[in-house]
Amino acid sequence: MRGRWLSFAALALVLPACHRTPDGKLDGKATAQPKAFGAGLVEMGGGLQAASVGTVLDQPLVVQVNDAQGSPVKGALVTFRAAGETILTPSSGLTGDDGQLSVTCQLGSSAGRYQILAATTDKSGKSVTLRLEEIALGYQQNLGRQLSDRYCSRCHDPESSAERVSNYDNLTVKPHTFTDGAFLNSVSDTDLAAITTYGGAARSKSAEMPSYGGTLSKTDIEALVAYIRAVASPPYRARGLIYASE
Amino acid sequence: MGLAVERVREMGRKLAALYRFLFGDSVRAFGSLSLILLVLLAVVPAKDYFREWIRIQSQYLKLIRNRGDAATLQRRFQGGLQQVWLPRLGVVDRCTTCHVALREASMADVSLQPFRPHPVIPHSLDQFGCVFCHRGQGAATTVEEAHSSTKAWEQPLLPARYLESSCGQCHQDAPPGTPQLNRGRKLLASYGCVNCHTLLTSSGLSPGGARMKATDDPPELTHIAQKTTREWIFAWLKNPQAYAGSATMPNFELSDADARDISAFLIDQSTPLGPAVEAKPPSSPPGADDPQAGATLYGESFCASCHAAQNAAGILTGGDVGPELTRVGSKVRPEWLLAWLRDPHQLDPNTAMPHYRFNDKQLGLLASFLESKTDSDFTANVHLEAATKEQIEHGRTLVNERGCASCHQINGIKRPDNFAPELTAVGSRPLAKIVFAPGVPYDLSSYLEAKIREPHSFGTAMKMPKFTLATSQVEALVTALLAQTDRGATVPADLRVAGHPESDYQPAGSAGKLMDDLRCFSCHSINGRGGDMAPDLTSEGSSVQRSWLLDFLKNPNTLRPALIRRMPRFNLTDAEAAALTDYIMTVYQTPAFDSASLPASSFTAEDREHGRQLFYSKYACQSCHIVDPNNDKGYIGPTLTVVGVRRTAAWIFHYLKDPQALRPATLEPNQHISGEDARALTAFLMAQTKAPPQQGGKK
Repeated sequence: MRGRWLSFAALALVLPACHRTPDGKLDGKATAQPKAFGAGLVEMGGGLQAASVGTVLDQPLVVQVNDAQGSPVKGALVTFRAAGETILTPSSGLTGDDGQLSVTCQLGSSAGRYQILAATTDKSGKSVTLRLEEIALGYQQNLGRQLSDRYCSRCHDPESSAERVSNYDNLTVKPHTFTDGAFLNSVSDTDLAAITTYGGAARSKSAEMPSYGGTLSKTDIEALVAYIRAVASPPYRARGLIYASE
Repeated sequence: MGLAVERVREMGRKLAALYRFLFGDSVRAFGSLSLILLVLLAVVPAKDYFREWIRIQSQYLKLIRNRGDAATLQRRFQGGLQQVWLPRLGVVDRCTTCHVALREASMADVSLQPFRPHPVIPHSLDQFGCVFCHRGQGAATTVEEAHSSTKAWEQPLLPARYLESSCGQCHQDAPPGTPQLNRGRKLLASYGCVNCHTLLTSSGLSPGGARMKATDDPPELTHIAQKTTREWIFAWLKNPQAYAGSATMPNFELSDADARDISAFLIDQSTPLGPAVEAKPPSSPPGADDPQAGATLYGESFCASCHAAQNAAGILTGGDVGPELTRVGSKVRPEWLLAWLRDPHQLDPNTAMPHYRFNDKQLGLLASFLESKTDSDFTANVHLEAATKEQIEHGRTLVNERGCASCHQINGIKRPDNFAPELTAVGSRPLAKIVFAPGVPYDLSSYLEAKIREPHSFGTAMKMPKFTLATSQVEALVTALLAQTDRGATVPADLRVAGHPESDYQPAGSAGKLMDDLRCFSCHSINGRGGDMAPDLTSEGSSVQRSWLLDFLKNPNTLRPALIRRMPRFNLTDAEAAALTDYIMTVYQTPAFDSASLPASSFTAEDREHGRQLFYSKYACQSCHIVDPNNDKGYIGPTLTVVGVRRTAAWIFHYLKDPQALRPATLEPNQHISGEDARALTAFLMAQTKAPPQQGGKK
């Protein structure tokens, strides 16, 4: 009995010491108390952004707490959790008048996908969670993105911007957007590189995809494939080692 | 009391007995000393056994034991302290002792550090080692010492978001893989940082490095009273971004009194420019009753290619070569604006703005359109009384203190030398020499970030003004600054990649003068000099037919419907257009081929038909180009409906075979088109000479 008391005391001492913010400073502020409870948590924007490793994402992550009827709840507490060095500022907070909370996200320092968990509690104290994903681009993927913006996105991205008009609608065979993981994940690296290098016609695809082997280097095309893999949704999982059957 | 004394005595007796037991006689003493020596000797290997890196290496071996590729990984694993030693670069990096799998691409699925493989980069790990790019202490053998800043070592690991700065130690050539570094360097020039700070880049061309030049072109203030009012200057000084969100002028956070005195001084030092600015505001120009006419002329002159303005929805659209024009009517005096539009070079010989040859009617329309772009709120609350002598003198002192003349030319004020600290080696600045503001983490990148973001948090006496920058811009600037290291300055010359040398090409004669007057180089590049907004004209004479060029210069029509920025109409006279055409046709010829070498008469109808098939099926050119506006829709490349009138056959032929050889920046992919195919395509394209009737308008 006495030993148990001692270990409780030790825990009480150790736990606050462990509770540190990512930059190493002690978190002085106590977590805010929720003023209301919702029933659902939905993403309003900011998911699946791609940016260089370690940088702050351009758009904030916005989540909204709704009640059972689907109308926004003001004053609900939302906490964010992320692995590794991903930093969310603030890491928790109360939703505003529109039922939304927006946080900025700084990506971790290695390339890949980062999962972010947003959580709120409903009236009964049950946790409601929402999973978000963000994409950190390493050197190679970043290079691929530069090339994609210059050479590929005019046809492969259906969205037009003020500076760039999309050519997507003008093509008879519609190109795949690079985020179209459902299709592109099934194409091997070799095939993607070959279509880029030799043109669509060389792999029985549309001749509207020209050959870029004379314009882009092998390294460039590898970088493009790496970029396509990084932004694919659903995420691309590289096939691991293929084992010999015994 | 007695009891305690007794206890001490007892202890003493026991110690004495122990001493006698161990060292009682010489044999015992020898034996005991040998034992102690043995134990001491054993401490050294035991201490080694508990080292961090040994623990990490055994963790790695455990991690790979059950993997499918275990045999390969185990064979390649090397235990013990590992190091990359590059005497030429002064690199001794032992990072690979713990980061054992850096070269194992098959470990890509492992996300646990320190066992992740290194991501793909253009250099090998043995070429530069680790610390060259990542910083930290390479020779250290403990995790803490290697990664973090310790008292003896001030260089902690570089945060991932600034890693591109390390590329900039050797690279001055803006490689495509370092967008953030390239952007930061551009910002250092375009925000005028290098007007106050000296920054020598290790160019590899000149031994001491070349000074980075500013590209922001801050206006001369010597005749400012003719351009604008004191009230506008006051409001601008208080908050430049309230006038134009895109303004690069920083906010000096001046008090009302200081802004009042500086504006008083600036008006006082201003001298009249002479007859160019006539005090004659336009008296209701012809056509002024049509409010749309001015806006149409603004659009037709493609002012938006260089100038941005907010549209009705509040969205800023347009180029960033010239200043934003959203509220220009609240700024400039009508007579100045008229003189400027008539001939900007009379007022500013260095401006990038071309001399449009507007007639009086056009001048009036455009001036009244621009004057209508006002914002009454901007100067609404500014009420300034006539300036006193003391105020003007105080203004002069402030202008000197704030270093205004580092950027702007001002009468009676000399441009200060080295107004701000030199930034050439800022990326290696010792932390001991830096005064940190409270709350700023103790490392260089955090310091630079805080200094750019909130310069006044380091003391209100700091002269550095506050720039309006987005987070990504601050990150880019810090990246560019961190690239300025001592290591970068001492790197062997053969590793340096020099930037593109600046060309001072100047076309000769009267055509050269005309090209200067039209500021062709603001948008076009020729022989390495000029802007990148419009096509490179180095080989334009080989590329186009004379008659087309003459027409185009007089009335530029749209070649690329998808582009927002286009060639404006300069209202050239026939003689001017002819002189310019002759010069371009004669001088800007490529040495690669003779532009008259493929006469149109050499093509047969069969060639043309073959070319048509190639165009539509084999190469699917219609994806990007329009030949038949009723069926083709692609608009990435230029419209080719009348390409047979515009281009020479020889150019089309050689361009199809290798586009980048003739236009290095072109998007057209090099498809290794054979000579036979290229000839047939040329035949087909040269037959496109008649503009079909226009279809309803562009999509």
